Amino acid sequence: MKTIFEPSPELIRDERIYAQWGLTDEEYQLISGDILGRLPNYTETGLFSVMWSEHCSYKNSKPVLRKFPTDGPHVLQGPGEGAGIVDIGDNQAVVFKAESHNHPSAVEPYEGAATGVGGIIRDIFSMGARPIAMLDSLRFGELDNERTKYLLEEVVAGIGGYGNCIGIPTVGGEIGFDPVYKGNPLVNAMCVGLIDHKDIQKGQAKGVGNTIMYVGAKTGRDGIHGATFASEEFSDEEEAERSAVQVGDPFMEKLLMEACLELIQDHSDILVGIQDMGAAGLVSSSSEMASKAGSGLILNLDDVPQRETNMTPYEMMLSESQERMLICVTKGTEERVKELFSRYELDAVTIGEVTDDGQYRLYHHGQLVADLPVDALAEDAPEYQKDYTEPERIQQYREMKAFEPKIDKAEDTLKALLQQPTVASKKSVFETYDSMVRTSTVVGPGSDAAVVRIRGTKKALAMTTDCNARYLYLNPERGGQMAVAEAARNIVASGGEPLAITDCLNYGNPDKPEVFWELWTSADGISKACQTLGTPVISGNVSLYNETSGEAVYPTPVIGMVGLVKDLDHVTTSEFKQAGDVIIAVGETKADFNGTELQKMQLGKIEGELFDFDIEKEKAVQDKVLKAIRSGWVQSAHDCSEGGLAVALMEAAFTKELGLSVNLDMPKEWLFSESPSRFVLSIKAEDIGAVEKLFGSDASVIGEVTDNGMASIQTTDQLLECSVGELKELWEGAIPCLLKSKV
Amino acid sequence: MRFAVIQFPGSNCDVDLLHAIIDGTGEEAEYVPHTAESLEGFDGVLLPGGFSYGDYLRSGAISRFSAVMDEVKRFAEEGKPVFGTCNGFQILVEAGLLPGALQRNKGLHFICRQSELKVVNNTTRFTSAYDKDEQLTIPIAHGEGNYYCDDETLKELQENNQIVFTYASENPNGSVADIAGIINKKGNVLGMMPHPERAVEDLLGSSDGLRFFQSMVQNFAKETADV
Repeated sequence: MKTIFEPSPELIRDERIYAQWGLTDEEYQLISGDILGRLPNYTETGLFSVMWSEHCSYKNSKPVLRKFPTDGPHVLQGPGEGAGIVDIGDNQAVVFKAESHNHPSAVEPYEGAATGVGGIIRDIFSMGARPIAMLDSLRFGELDNERTKYLLEEVVAGIGGYGNCIGIPTVGGEIGFDPVYKGNPLVNAMCVGLIDHKDIQKGQAKGVGNTIMYVGAKTGRDGIHGATFASEEFSDEEEAERSAVQVGDPFMEKLLMEACLELIQDHSDILVGIQDMGAAGLVSSSSEMASKAGSGLILNLDDVPQRETNMTPYEMMLSESQERMLICVTKGTEERVKELFSRYELDAVTIGEVTDDGQYRLYHHGQLVADLPVDALAEDAPEYQKDYTEPERIQQYREMKAFEPKIDKAEDTLKALLQQPTVASKKSVFETYDSMVRTSTVVGPGSDAAVVRIRGTKKALAMTTDCNARYLYLNPERGGQMAVAEAARNIVASGGEPLAITDCLNYGNPDKPEVFWELWTSADGISKACQTLGTPVISGNVSLYNETSGEAVYPTPVIGMVGLVKDLDHVTTSEFKQAGDVIIAVGETKADFNGTELQKMQLGKIEGELFDFDIEKEKAVQDKVLKAIRSGWVQSAHDCSEGGLAVALMEAAFTKELGLSVNLDMPKEWLFSESPSRFVLSIKAEDIGAVEKLFGSDASVIGEVTDNGMASIQTTDQLLECSVGELKELWEGAIPCLLKSKV
Repeated sequence: MRFAVIQFPGSNCDVDLLHAIIDGTGEEAEYVPHTAESLEGFDGVLLPGGFSYGDYLRSGAISRFSAVMDEVKRFAEEGKPVFGTCNGFQILVEAGLLPGALQRNKGLHFICRQSELKVVNNTTRFTSAYDKDEQLTIPIAHGEGNYYCDDETLKELQENNQIVFTYASENPNGSVADIAGIINKKGNVLGMMPHPERAVEDLLGSSDGLRFFQSMVQNFAKETADV
């Protein structure tokens, strides 16, 4: 038998072992001084180190998060629980949250992505909601090296492997490519659930003597210190951290989900609280449940189901083994719970009870191995106001002359842009996800927002994830506004009214004042846009330290937005429907090229001052588009974003391979400008009068849909003419081709 | 009629099948756990898609030992309708109720998309509402739908007119003879990889699967009434 030697409290202090786990000297002194008045032992030090990590405590980002508007007339649950909840009428509500799994995915992409999906699904059903849809927002380096291709293929396989098996449709998301993500890809997963108001749960452990039960998979040594791992930046020795990545079992999660939903829906009389064992596993879930309820807790670790031998208290408490939940039930009802879970071939085991003294006590082999004030663990992590400084590049950008693209033949530029992986079709990826299971997907991947109907009603939910991080890199504040605006534009284009957002804030090392400045100022932008658009932030997560060898990713606050489609008749897709429809461009096109796909393609980098954006104008335009859609005038609606008007027009033409004939009063370069707040609509000829009246100067007729399969775009200085079929082939073939080509 | 929709651990298209029957045909359908030892009172049994037992070992390989499978076999023998889609098809094959095997897709990836099917045999009780050689749009969503059988079995399937559906425009998974769905000799056990239950409403992209369930109900109901 292996004997495990744990360092003594004195050794932990003298050798500064706590520092290896991410605690600072000041934090350690706070724990041993004011909080405990004694030296913490090995287990206790471990508990503090994970609970006080950025991942669990948000100690660096709390001042940032406080900027966000989190309230609204429809918000039933804001940030702080497993996921946020928004009322959608008829005693139903939508529950959603997005979460990052960047660091695990960089090291072990299949399992990292798969367990990211599994974790966010648990957050949704732990609230009592039935998960109905998944979206994924991914960022990778350029597809010019085998490592990145491997990461993309494995991340996609992991998402599909988990989501397909558990039977929740993956209905949308986006994938972007920039060199900054090469060593640190972003894997953000969003889950949307549906709930009846009466089923809403809280993660709480209250009522002295009530029972704490452990349900789901057994605990192993996987993922120990995953939360602290996610709070450190990568060095080139990342492979050494491999053991910190967990392994997922979607079959287990499917059983766990069905069992928990049955418990919630049919046994509300005995269920007190339920919470996912996610980051920092058992310690995080149990201490948060007790702290939220103002209770204390006793856990008997000998009763924790274990799949490895000789696990220490430290290992059990910090393990991030997947597919586990912690529940609190009224005393004496344990057998009912066991019987329920056994029908799903799952164990439900009593591991502790609720106390009233606010202490968190762990027993192992009859010994008291941890005795801590529960609030100290869950609530009292110090909060830091980090310094911030504007990076030098921003001043340089201000002084630069605006980028002027050089284009000889617009057709060549369009073809090249359509093959840029960020613009190119992601069909080859989306088709590996089951997007239709549960038979409610009205609009699946590839349109502006996905739309999932709510069975038994005329309503549907529109959902999207968006973030153009290049804009944020040039101007985090304005780029933050634009990320929210783009998400809303996608919801509106699909016929939905934006309800609320969740966010995944992916940034570099916040200890660098330049990085923290990006976080700080982009939060201002996000907040402003959320206030103007009426979409509070109801949940989210922060992923910092996204750096490789000192180089940070672009500031990438991925915005996940959900909107309500009031009537299925309003559901609108991006593709042109029939020849003869009139094409309308909504919004103003200007010479806006800094930070665009075109600039990146031509210069190999982005630079310069970000072009203007007016959130009030954006809101006004979106309101009009939604009104036009609800009036039944809009045949198709598409957000105009990366690649500009030319790309938006082609994307609208591709699905049915219809043609278009367009005449624009602008130079050919402007076809690729990324001026914000624009849509491409197609309208039946007879509705054109009403639409023009509604939009006034905000929209203009630019042409019509044709049936000849040709794209014909006349600008002031050139006629672009090309077969839609040929362009579509390039657009659809680009990513499969990049993945297959040898480096 | 009253249909049992079997829930194996890991089934995930059970909801879809139930709604296809109830909303699509107006008949009755109920979930039945895989542990059920009797299907007394049901007129037909439906095996849904999904990942029963996580597809561990081999898709369908564990589910075929479920207690309810004895009853499914009884239904097959008694001539009652037995239908399996996707993982349900895999289970029927593993249980020996249909010949052949389902392998990993030729391209090795899971594929989910609308597929074009051809109705090769419209004389079955599941397909009588279709025209012969009619083309249908019905989604596929599988990673292991590559149907395989040996030459002898294929010949037999062809001679007995047991191939009901084939992939029309492209073969997405490498199946022998483009096979998408087959029926037993007796004509009451049908398995297919595509999902007709996902194609019963135009709202979701196609309603071509609706007539499948309508045929089944109409033809078997008549027999049930005759008995």
